[in-house]
Amino acid sequence: MRFVFKTSYAQDLTLFGDSVQRNWYVALLVGLLALPKLVPTYLSDISLVLIYGLCGISLMALAGYTGLVSLGHAAFLGIGAYAHVYFTQDLGLPWIISVALATALTAATGVVVGLPALRMTGVYLTIATLAFSLIIQEVFSRWDSVTHGLKGRPVDKPVIFGMSFAGDVAFYFLCLVFLVGGLWLTRNLLRSPTGRAWVAIRDSEIAAQSMGVNLAAYKTMAFSFSAALMGLAGALFAHKIGFLAPDIFSVLLSIQFLLMVVVGGLGSLHGALFGAVFVAFLPVVISQARDSVPAWIGAVASVLGTEPGNAAFRVADRFVKQPGLEPGIFGLILVLFILFEPLGIYGRWMKLKVYFSTFPLYKRATFKRQRAYMRSERLR
Amino acid sequence: MTFFKAEGLGINFGGIQALDGVSFEVEAGQVFTIIGPNGAGKTTIFNLVSRIYDATRGRLVFCDEDITRLPPHEIAPRGIARTFQNIELFEHATVLENLLLGRHAHKRSRFAEELFFLPRVRALEIEHREAAEKVIDFLDLQPYRDRLIANLPYGIRKVVELARALCTQPKLLLLDEPSSGLSVEETEEMAFWIQDIRTLLGITVLMVEHDMSLVSAVSDRVLALNYGRTLTQGTAREVQEHAEVIKAYLGG
Repeated sequence: MRFVFKTSYAQDLTLFGDSVQRNWYVALLVGLLALPKLVPTYLSDISLVLIYGLCGISLMALAGYTGLVSLGHAAFLGIGAYAHVYFTQDLGLPWIISVALATALTAATGVVVGLPALRMTGVYLTIATLAFSLIIQEVFSRWDSVTHGLKGRPVDKPVIFGMSFAGDVAFYFLCLVFLVGGLWLTRNLLRSPTGRAWVAIRDSEIAAQSMGVNLAAYKTMAFSFSAALMGLAGALFAHKIGFLAPDIFSVLLSIQFLLMVVVGGLGSLHGALFGAVFVAFLPVVISQARDSVPAWIGAVASVLGTEPGNAAFRVADRFVKQPGLEPGIFGLILVLFILFEPLGIYGRWMKLKVYFSTFPLYKRATFKRQRAYMRSERLR
Repeated sequence: MTFFKAEGLGINFGGIQALDGVSFEVEAGQVFTIIGPNGAGKTTIFNLVSRIYDATRGRLVFCDEDITRLPPHEIAPRGIARTFQNIELFEHATVLENLLLGRHAHKRSRFAEELFFLPRVRALEIEHREAAEKVIDFLDLQPYRDRLIANLPYGIRKVVELARALCTQPKLLLLDEPSSGLSVEETEEMAFWIQDIRTLLGITVLMVEHDMSLVSAVSDRVLALNYGRTLTQGTAREVQEHAEVIKAYLGG
C-alpha cells in the first residue's frame, strides 16, 4: 500500500499528482523520445496515434467532461485540414501562422455549432452535429476553388521555418510536441474553474446554474475549445495522409472518435489516449486478421481431415472478405464496452492500479455500480 | 432597506395555478420557514427565486433589487444559494470538487489565464480552497474530502449539498427540505447547523420543511401555504395552532 501524504493545498494543483506518478510520466516521455530508435518501421502509424490522441482529447473535453456528445467532429477535423492546406499552399502563409489560423477558424465554427447546443440536449444535439457534419462534407465536395472537390488535393510535406519535416522521425516529433501541448492546455483548463464548470454542466445543469454557471457561455466555450483542438489535429492529419478528399471526413470517422472516448473511458484524459491507441491500431489488427484468421481456422478444422479443413477455411475466408466488416466490428466493440466496462480501458486500468496499491485488502465492491433511486423527481 | 420580499407571487402550469398571490418578507438574520401539505407550492417558490421558473405575476426583491427577471446564473453572485429536495450534486466528482464549484460565483480568473494556468490562477485556486476548507471544518466533512459523491451515503450527501451552498458565501440560503431522508440524529444535527449558520455565519435562512419539531426549534417566522395560497404567517406556535392550518393537514 502507498499513502500520499498531503501537507499543502498546492499539492492538489499539481499536473501529475504526487512525485511517484510524475516519475512514471517522465519515464513515459523518455520512452516516447526513444521510440524512433526502437520501432523505426511503425513510426508512421504511431504518428497517426498521436494525431488521434489530439482528436481524442478534443472530443473528451466535450463529451467526456461537458457531457455534450457530438457526431460531427470529423467535420471539424476536415475544416482544420482544408483550411491549413489552403492557407499554406494557395495563400503561401508560413506553416505556424497557417496552423494558428486554421485552429482559430475551427474554433469559430465551433462557436457557431455550439449555439444550437444551448437549446438542445442529449440525442437531439448529437443528431444536430451529425447534420452539421453532413453539410460540411457536402461543402468540401462542392467548393472546388478551395478543396478541389471530389478530385481531392495533394498535401505538401510540412516545412517550418525553412526546416523540412518530411521524414517519419521528424514528423513523429512534430506530432508529439503538439499532443503534449494539447494535453497540457486541456489539463490546465480541467484543473481550473472552467473545467469544474464543464463537469458541473455534465452532472446537473440545474445545480450548475444555481451555483452561478452561465450554461450558454460554458457550453459554447467547450464546443469552441474542442473544435480548436480538432482543427489543430486536422492540420497535422492533412500532412499525415498526404491527400485530402471529402469522403475521408465522413460520419464513420466521427463514430471512430466517439468509439475512442467511450472505449478509452469517458471523463478521463488517459482514456482519450488509450482510446486513440486502440482505434488507430484496430484497423491494422483487423487487416492482419483478415490474412491469418482463415488459415488458423482451416488449420484447426483440418484436425478432422483435409476436406473439413478446406471447407472451414473457405467459410472463414468468405466471412472476413465481406465489405463493411470494419464498421460492424467497431459497433460491436462499442456495444460490448458500454455493457461490460462503462468506464472503458481507463476504468480497467484504474481497477488494476487500485488492486495493486491496496494489495491484500482489495475490495471488489469498490467499483460496483449501484442503482440509485434518489433522482426520482428531476426538474428536467 | 428590504432584505428579501415576495410580492403577489403567482405562476400557472397550464391550467393549474401553482402559486396565487403569495406575499411575504424575510428580514436579515431570520430563519424563515415555509410549510404546507404536498403540492402547496413550497418548492415552486424556491424555483422562482433561483429563476428556474418564470413568475407569471408578482415580483421578487432582494437587497432592494428586483430579481424577478434575472437570468438564473446571476442569482448566485447576488448572494442567494440553495439546496435541492432531491440532491443535485455532481455525482462523478469528489466532495472537494463539488465545494469548489460552489465557489464559481466568486470566479475571477479568465479563460486565457486558465489555459496556461498562470500564477494568478494558482493563487486564486488556493484562495478558493481555503474558503472551501473553512466550510469543511464547519460541517465536519474532513473524512469525505476526496470521496466521490456517487460512493457516499444519503445523509452525507445532504450535508455536502449544504456545504456547497455555503461555499458561495451567500447572504440568503434557501434550504429545500433539509431533513428529508435523514435519521433522527442527523435531523438534530441539521437543526444545530441551521442555528449556527444564522448566528455564527450571519446568513439568513429561508427553508421549506415538513418536520415540525425542526421547524419549531429553529424558525423565527413561519408561512403556511395550501394550494398556492397563503393560509397564515407568524411564529411556529401561532401557525401550528391556526385553525386553517390544522384543517389543511388533518382535513375535516
